[in-house]
Amino acid sequence: MIVVKNIRKTYRVTKRNAGFSEAVKSFFKRDYETVTALDNISFSINDGETVGYIGPNGAGKSTTIKILSGILTPDSGECLVDGRIPWKNRIGHVARIGVVFGQRSQIWWDVPVVDSFELLKDIYSIPADIYSRNKNELTELLDLGEILRTPARQLSLGQRMRCELAASLLHSPDILFLDEPTIGLDAVSKIAVREFIVKLNRERKTTIILTTHDMQDIEAITKRVILIGKGKILLDGDISEISGKGDIDRTVAELYRSYEI
Amino acid sequence: MNKEKQNCQHKTSAVKLYFHYISVKIRCMMQYKKSFILTSLGQFLSSFNAFVGIFFLFRRFHSIAGYTYSDVLFCYSIVVMEFSLAECVARGFDSFSRIVRQGTFDRIMTRPRNEILQVLGDNFEPTRLSKMLQAIVIFGYGISRSGTDWDFIKVITVILTVICGTAVFCGIFLINASLCFFTMEGLEVINIFTDGAREYGQYPIDVYGKRMTRFCTFVIPYTLVQLYPLQFITGRSDNILFAFLPVAALLFLLPCYALWRFGVRKYKSAGS
Repeated sequence: MIVVKNIRKTYRVTKRNAGFSEAVKSFFKRDYETVTALDNISFSINDGETVGYIGPNGAGKSTTIKILSGILTPDSGECLVDGRIPWKNRIGHVARIGVVFGQRSQIWWDVPVVDSFELLKDIYSIPADIYSRNKNELTELLDLGEILRTPARQLSLGQRMRCELAASLLHSPDILFLDEPTIGLDAVSKIAVREFIVKLNRERKTTIILTTHDMQDIEAITKRVILIGKGKILLDGDISEISGKGDIDRTVAELYRSYEI
Repeated sequence: MNKEKQNCQHKTSAVKLYFHYISVKIRCMMQYKKSFILTSLGQFLSSFNAFVGIFFLFRRFHSIAGYTYSDVLFCYSIVVMEFSLAECVARGFDSFSRIVRQGTFDRIMTRPRNEILQVLGDNFEPTRLSKMLQAIVIFGYGISRSGTDWDFIKVITVILTVICGTAVFCGIFLINASLCFFTMEGLEVINIFTDGAREYGQYPIDVYGKRMTRFCTFVIPYTLVQLYPLQFITGRSDNILFAFLPVAALLFLLPCYALWRFGVRKYKSAGS
């Protein structure tokens, strides 16, 4: 169970105009601007839910994920994930969650994937029996087989993403955060990833929180959507509110426009 | 899922995990055989010129501020050993700006392990050990030329000096890493205390005068892992305290660690 209450997060960013002299000026005196990434957001997510967290670039999606996964501390507000405050007890918290960043790898580049898995086994202190059961199960579901013996750098993007998913699930987390997991994948890999996530949620009851710009992902995987824009939650409801009205991309674009985000 | 079972089972020990990291790191390096060999060779040769400098200096002069050729060789080899071990172990701190800027630190934060353990383990750099090998050769050469009477305590002193000296250099690398949380870029100025120390540490530090000696005792404790143990080993002083003074240098790690904690807190509040 995830409960987020009035979370606020601001960043200070530097501003300057183009040009060399402006760069020199800003070296001595910097203009800061406070950007509100999250402006009093609240929501709660039950165990086993599948939630699509959408919004345009810079809306505050990543910031939310970073707060929920213990990387960032918010300025104010409360947040409880299965009774834990993520940023207070980082180690205890992250042992129970899995995070997949589509743009950032978590497997070691130059060794066969299975070597990375073995290392993760020690990082997460996964008992041998649970590790081998999870590994076998994930190998079968994601069709990893021979891929496991290949160094990660020689894998295609689709193969690597399947390995990333497996790597983040070896310790059987209760919650899985997916940050653009299908970015850059071909149609076959995309479908494989989606089907796997749906199956994972159905069979293991893993809570899924997915951020993506790919609305087909959202349609295929999630039952609930939270729309965030300019740091505020604009819509929180069933997927049927935005799907089934023709082309989902158009519907969402329309939605963004109506909220002026 | 067997959650209960998993919760009550013990953590894989930090030491075991550290060696697992190193083993993966070495496996990675073995993928690039030529690069590994050439980097090691380069490291071996790169600090050799410092030795050549000492060699030619002592062809003309027989002592510097009362220190003989073998004293200086001894000093030089100890400092290089400390430095190269620290580079090998703490390479992750040395290249920490890359880790922060590429977002690798976010990944570290999402793993249920101490941050330092992960940074060190993941960036272990075995090629630096070739420098260590070179230092050991020169150390042996220095010993064979000096008339030091070796006893058990002196052997212990050498070992302590190298270990604690490595820790001092690691501490400086840690400061460098911590500052990346504030500046994003590594600060070249810190190299004065790392590469710089390796260079001027070739000679016993009191060669540089009283002020320098004081700075290198109370601010950054180089003398505790160089000058004082050297005086004990060469018989210049029979103060037994000097033999164990290197251990006191470990206190230096406390402020370094505090700065690191402060940096991590800053990172958590501001992000990268």
